[in-house]
Amino acid sequence: MSQPANPQLLLRWRMLKDRLARYAVTLGGLGVIAAIVLIFVYLVFVVLPMFKPAETHKISSYPLQQQSQTLYLAMEEQGEIGMQVFRSGVLRFFRTEDGATLKEVALPLPAGVKVMSFAEADPASGVLAMGLSNGQVLVFKHVYHVTYPNDQRLITPAVEFPLGEAPLKVDEDELPLLKLALQLDEEQLTLAAVTPDQRIILQHLAKEESLLEDEVSWQATTLLVPHPRDEVKYLLLDKQQRDLFVATANGELSFYDISDWEEEPALVQHLPLIEGRQQLTSLTFLIGDISLLVGSSDGTIAQWFPVRGEGGKRVLTHIRDFDDLKTQVNAIVPEQQRKGFIAVDASGKMGVFHSTSHRTLIVEPVSSQAIRHIGLSPRADAVLLQDSERIYFYRIENEYPEISWSSLWGKVWYESYPQPDYIWQSSSSSNDFEPKLSLVPLSYGTLKAAFYAMLIAIPLSIMGAIFTAHFMSSRMRQMVKPTIEIMEALPTVILGFLAGLWLAPFVESHLPGIFSLLILMPLGLLFAAWTWSVLPSAIRHRVPDGWEAALLIPVVIIIGYVSVSLSPVLETHLFGGDVRIWLSHELGIEYDQRNALVVGLAMGFAVIPTIFSITEDAIFAVPKHLVQGSLALGATPWQTMMRVVLLTASPGIFSAVMIGLGRAVGETMIVLMATGNTPVMDFSVFEGMRTLSANIAVEIPESEVGSTHYRVLFLAAVVLFMFTFIFNTAAEMVRQRLRKRYGNL
Amino acid sequence: MRQHTVKWLKSGDPWIWLNAGAVSISLIMVLGLLLLILVRGMGYFWPSDVLDAKYRQANGEVIRLIGEIDSKEIIPAANARDNGYDIKGEEELVRYLMKVGNRDVYGNDFKLVLKIFLTDITYPEDLIAVERREWGNAYGYLKAVKENGKVVAEGKAAQQELAARIERAVVLFKQIRDIQKHDIGAINYQLERLRLKKRRLELDGVKDPAPYAAIEKQRQAIQKEYEQHRKQMAVLSERIRRDSMQIETMTGQMVEIPLQKVVRAYYPNAMGVWGKLGFYVSKLWEFVSDEPREANTEGGIFPAIFGTVLMVMIMSVIVTPLGVVAAVYLREYAKQGLVIRLIRIAVNNLAGVPSIVYGVFGLGFFVYFLGGNIDALFFPEAQPAPTFGTPGILWSSLTLALLTLPVVIVATEEGLARIPRAVREGSLALGASKLETLWRIVLPMASPAMMTGLILAVARAAGEVAPLMLVGVVKMAPTLPLDGNFPYLHVERKFMHLGFHIYDVGFQSPNVEAARPLVYATSLLLILVIVVLNLAAIHIRNNLREKYRSLEH
Repeated sequence: MSQPANPQLLLRWRMLKDRLARYAVTLGGLGVIAAIVLIFVYLVFVVLPMFKPAETHKISSYPLQQQSQTLYLAMEEQGEIGMQVFRSGVLRFFRTEDGATLKEVALPLPAGVKVMSFAEADPASGVLAMGLSNGQVLVFKHVYHVTYPNDQRLITPAVEFPLGEAPLKVDEDELPLLKLALQLDEEQLTLAAVTPDQRIILQHLAKEESLLEDEVSWQATTLLVPHPRDEVKYLLLDKQQRDLFVATANGELSFYDISDWEEEPALVQHLPLIEGRQQLTSLTFLIGDISLLVGSSDGTIAQWFPVRGEGGKRVLTHIRDFDDLKTQVNAIVPEQQRKGFIAVDASGKMGVFHSTSHRTLIVEPVSSQAIRHIGLSPRADAVLLQDSERIYFYRIENEYPEISWSSLWGKVWYESYPQPDYIWQSSSSSNDFEPKLSLVPLSYGTLKAAFYAMLIAIPLSIMGAIFTAHFMSSRMRQMVKPTIEIMEALPTVILGFLAGLWLAPFVESHLPGIFSLLILMPLGLLFAAWTWSVLPSAIRHRVPDGWEAALLIPVVIIIGYVSVSLSPVLETHLFGGDVRIWLSHELGIEYDQRNALVVGLAMGFAVIPTIFSITEDAIFAVPKHLVQGSLALGATPWQTMMRVVLLTASPGIFSAVMIGLGRAVGETMIVLMATGNTPVMDFSVFEGMRTLSANIAVEIPESEVGSTHYRVLFLAAVVLFMFTFIFNTAAEMVRQRLRKRYGNL
Repeated sequence: MRQHTVKWLKSGDPWIWLNAGAVSISLIMVLGLLLLILVRGMGYFWPSDVLDAKYRQANGEVIRLIGEIDSKEIIPAANARDNGYDIKGEEELVRYLMKVGNRDVYGNDFKLVLKIFLTDITYPEDLIAVERREWGNAYGYLKAVKENGKVVAEGKAAQQELAARIERAVVLFKQIRDIQKHDIGAINYQLERLRLKKRRLELDGVKDPAPYAAIEKQRQAIQKEYEQHRKQMAVLSERIRRDSMQIETMTGQMVEIPLQKVVRAYYPNAMGVWGKLGFYVSKLWEFVSDEPREANTEGGIFPAIFGTVLMVMIMSVIVTPLGVVAAVYLREYAKQGLVIRLIRIAVNNLAGVPSIVYGVFGLGFFVYFLGGNIDALFFPEAQPAPTFGTPGILWSSLTLALLTLPVVIVATEEGLARIPRAVREGSLALGASKLETLWRIVLPMASPAMMTGLILAVARAAGEVAPLMLVGVVKMAPTLPLDGNFPYLHVERKFMHLGFHIYDVGFQSPNVEAARPLVYATSLLLILVIVVLNLAAIHIRNNLREKYRSLEH
């Protein structure tokens, strides 16, 4: 537009441009602000699904195709195919959608023999067994082959016989096996069975592969369990094949150690599982085979597991109760990948529970009749329920059962731990690991690190700021302030590196020196000051007021040097040559090389400039006439400082400390590098910690997107965000009020 | 005297002195830290003398030691006695950490020795130090130079022969590396693109065989080219394998080192000050321009410098316009009231939100959410391998842009606030529209403030590591994010970063002792960059203040 034709047009063009710019800037500005808000919104958005209640969706139900009594109900991984085992020795595979039969397999039972009992090995293995009326056991396995013809998933069920199709002989007397338990793994097979004369037979088969031929033989050992011959109702064998639990109908449990095959099973404990007049109506392991789930006739499900007591002896202990089912518990089935379980009761209700978080996620009325069998899919996202007439097929949406207020912030009694505790241990290689997601040790570590950092930073920075703002000559101030402010820009990764690789070994080898420094430094400074005050005034007047800090620099260096070189001497004479040994022997204090002291020093260093800078500004901004008035009334400079200046500037100092605290809480690299990152809860200066921020940095790259662990780490980020946001907002409010007040003065 | 003391104590002066002491301590901490890094970082490149001495071990056996003294410390004698040394009378001992090198022979290239048991120390001029591409340094006496296994020079003559042959090997090595990195790298890149192109066609359901044939033809042409390079490489590798050298180590063992593994060989004890200075400069140059070797513990840090700079540049391009627009909106357009005050507080506070939180946000939102969706929409052919749905330099830059946004907004706003009303009103009174005032008067005047904000943002971003660990930094990136292959700038690639390099080499490397000097040097470089940036920001800010002070009168 070189030569505007019409000035009117030009004006309108300019106005249009102006308006467009207004819109553009407003849009852009609001957009940026929205982006900032988005951070918080997104973090919360990721965290929220964890707190969504679990849901069930009924897909279908169909009448039971009763052949004979159902012994067992199961489902494959995808939840497409269900499987029933009948007492007649037939396995029926059916479509879970509509119950249509896909395949029926008759097990090769010897002629004229009846099925007396049924047992399931570790659910993940799919191994099942039947105890027969002739004292034999048939072991079989249901498997599902997945193929993709024409890019369509096709699941083909099949039955396999891991020990061959011939049944195994267990009882020499060929008596029927009334109860059965077994576990099978790569190396060995263990069986426990009860005969009508109430003997408990224990058989162990160890695999022996001969090197020459491709043949496998089993080396059998048979033992009898010394049992008081009451009627046995439940037999349980753990998958490590070390523990055997025998329960009677009235709730008496005997707990045997069968790990040693050379000897008779040792009774570890005999105890009642059920109090009062209730009946034991269901007993099963939780995944991992450590905990027992005990269902009783009043609808209570109790969790028990062995806890190491005095002398390392294992004592079966009652941990927690779930009492949201109100009538007799008919069956309990554990999930295969988490510490959750599903139970059904006599009134036709299904309950979904999680042990660690002690949550009842769902109680859903399914039928008007008692439900007898549960078939849970390995992913625990679908379930088949069977009452006396129908099968019901449900999908379950229950992705985050591990999370509850108590599992995040309370003490939880984890499996194999001696008592309830706060533990963070998020992952492990094994599938049946119990995730321990308490945020308490991490928050504790965060606050501990911040505390020690502030312990070092607050005195140094505030005292330094007082002197710099109020007493220092302006020429020196012009040099000092930028120097300390440059500190703020130092990358924390460098501080962390120095703390971890230089300071930590230095502190370790000069520990007495470091502590003597704490005492010697103030004393030495005072002594130097006093010496200065008695020097002849001719010398004193050569240095103008306000340069005291410069004078003290050599003093500080000398004191530091003396303390450090005194360290080996002190160590030899006071602590017998090695402080660390002395600490652990005399005081019982553990010493980690990368400990809270190192973190405190390094992070204190990082926080000093923040606090210093804001405090200094606040003190410097105190109106001069207040100071002059006070001095004119005869107060000493120090009195003026304490009574007038500090009082006026105190809100500013408060906000400085808040902002410093915010920085210390969120700092990542220093704690990551200067501590051992063990999530212990101990306030000792000589031990490390793990902070929320370091924990996020360490764990989030490995956590699976969308998993509970991932979302808990996001929650940790939200907690950090809130922490610092609250500190900073408080500080900012105070600072704004302060500014107004100075305006009035 | 006593009276004086009492009076002195009452006056409150001791407190003032204590406060002064706090300043001194803080100053000493800062300067001491800078000095420590400076000394250790600068010292890394200086070739120290290599000593040849006898050493009596704890079991009384006397061995010969050849190596550099890495560091020394003073320990209580009791400590050494526990280790089996027979020491009487002494209370404190000097202990050296000696770098004896030859990790392939001794297994460990460092040794702790007590000074008092070190005797017959000499610094022979013909002691050779060999810097190798693997296994760290080797120390010893040059015995022979071999060609194809046959000795061609021995003794004094070997020294000259060796120098010439190392030079040849190094040249060959560079040629091989160039072919490998550039030519073959480019070919691999093209092949991968062709594969994706073909997969894309398949996904789009193209049945016409013509495009497939074209791709196949291209692929064959490239394959042919590759064969050529491979042949060339084979020839070069054959040639570089020709020579080797033989040295005698401190145990008297003869060690043969193929010259293709040698970076340089030198005689530290024979070097004068100028010789050492020259060596120093060449090492320094290698440090900033070369690629890392031996799991990052030796060689240069060029990829890390490059990655840091590129990431910061992309971040600047994003953060400057956004920050300025937001600041202009807040200061010039928005109606000042409670809401804007709250927003301002919130923006200020964001500067205090821990950087790791931004990292978590970046990982969840940018990488998994945005990146995942971009992949699904635009790069279905690369699935299941992620293209943008994985940490990379673009996401890192975006995350750091968010992190530094408050810095730019606050600085720019401050600059806008400092512009006197009169200037603005003058412009408006002369008939300029708001936009024109803004564009011609206000923004140019506020530009130094924006500059300050940007510099501070860059300084913060350059030193930030925690969020980057989640959104794009790796310990070893095979390719730079900027190269000769179209589209030249690969924003989806992972990159190396100075700060992360420090963390990684200092804490994750298997041989921390050997890596430590390099970490100091890297720290020094990073600190220099950041201090210079900050000083620049402070300088600009001060100038700015002066300028407006004159305007106000």
